[in-house]
Amino acid sequence: MIKAIRNIGKYLILLKKTFARPEKTLVYYRQTLREIENHGIGSILIVVIVSIFVGAAITIQTNYNIENPLLPSYLVGVAVRDSLLLEFSSTMIGLVLAGKIGSSIASEIGMMRVTEQIDALEVMGINAPGYLILPKIIATVFFTPMLCVISVGMGLIGGYLVCLIGDVIPVHEYKLGIQYSFYPHYLSYAMIKTAFYGFIISTLSAYHGFHVQGGAVEVGKASTRAVVLSCILILLADLVLTNIIL
Amino acid sequence: MITVKNIHKHFDDRYVLKNVSANFERGKCNLIIGESGSGKTVLLKTIVGLLIADRGHVFYDDQDYQSMNRREMNKLRKEMGMLFQGAALFDSMTIEENVMFPLNMFSKLSKKEMQDRSNFCLERVGLKNVNTMLPSELSGGMQKRAAIARAISLSPKYLFCDEPNSGLDPKTGILIDNLIKDLTEEFQITTIVNTHDMNSVLEIGEKVIYMFNGEKSWEGTNKEVLHTDNKDLNDFVFATNLAQQIKTK
Repeated sequence: MIKAIRNIGKYLILLKKTFARPEKTLVYYRQTLREIENHGIGSILIVVIVSIFVGAAITIQTNYNIENPLLPSYLVGVAVRDSLLLEFSSTMIGLVLAGKIGSSIASEIGMMRVTEQIDALEVMGINAPGYLILPKIIATVFFTPMLCVISVGMGLIGGYLVCLIGDVIPVHEYKLGIQYSFYPHYLSYAMIKTAFYGFIISTLSAYHGFHVQGGAVEVGKASTRAVVLSCILILLADLVLTNIIL
Repeated sequence: MITVKNIHKHFDDRYVLKNVSANFERGKCNLIIGESGSGKTVLLKTIVGLLIADRGHVFYDDQDYQSMNRREMNKLRKEMGMLFQGAALFDSMTIEENVMFPLNMFSKLSKKEMQDRSNFCLERVGLKNVNTMLPSELSGGMQKRAAIARAISLSPKYLFCDEPNSGLDPKTGILIDNLIKDLTEEFQITTIVNTHDMNSVLEIGEKVIYMFNGEKSWEGTNKEVLHTDNKDLNDFVFATNLAQQIKTK
């Protein structure tokens, strides 16, 4: 318990240092663009692949579960769209990103710690948490909602393709379903959730990487801890945010 | 000049520095020597501010480092250059970007001026045609030299070197030592070198401090280090059979 409180304290102190005034805004800006490229654009492919397959699978499963002559088949499209918007493209993609981005951030910063690169920054008079972590937070918080939107789009395309190729339901019924009774609030809800997840992933992973002591084995362990804890907190945040926003 | 007064530092129940006091003079290579675990790295990290002493003071030209606020500390740190044991070059940047990094952060030079300064520093440490290479593409000795180039890019007043020869062959080690000595004299820097390499001690040790079990056990020059009554230092200096045979002769 005391260890947990101490860790929360260290995490908050790190956050305070992270949000200190940058030494040179232009350098931080360039670093942020680099992080968007690494963690944002670099994650598009995995998001697209996962979303297409899951969108297709949800379409097949929903059709299987609600196959009833009394229910119109366009409801499959409605269910796919809402499943993607409400849970899959935010929370499930959040978990996927926790694995991809979280482990990358924790191991990158962890290796910088054990090879004394962070000490080198501090000796130069540079606020290492600000320089290393702030651009990562900005990049993930602003780019994960975009990944969420991409995921929704790709999931819907996956469903469309399976209707087209697999003859699950008629394509025009699917198209009608995904447009039927659409609440834009669902999209903003999903984007807000993923922005929170982005913050959780980047800060927790950076925290674990920043406090690594030892060598390569410790970096690996820190990376695993960062991913596991991020996943747990994403699920917890999902529950809390759903209660608050929906 | 850097002065440390009555420095104490402990981790958990173990004291690693006990009442260490010393002066490190300007324009000279000041060496801290001692066995592994004798506290020399902790002392160096305390001097540069990476560790905070439990008790005692570090003075940079009479300014008390421990009592400075964050802003004053960062201002002073811009006058420091440090060479780490593993070079600590930023592995995502090219050599030129590494050397330009402190200039980029703290100077108002144009890109062309920064490139010129970077080229000057790289040439000064004997590196040519490595600007676009990544640190991983260089040998250990070249990485150390690139790290020295980065350390001197802002014309520091204080240079700190932690085990500059570790992992290098004796010839390259001496090359690095002489480079550190030349830069110290040329730019009148206060240089502190942490080492357990006797070649370095004899080559550049204008002032030598011997650490033993967290305490300063001896102080002198490279000329005096071979003729001392200090038993612990003699055990350290003449640790090899070859050295003992030379001493006996």
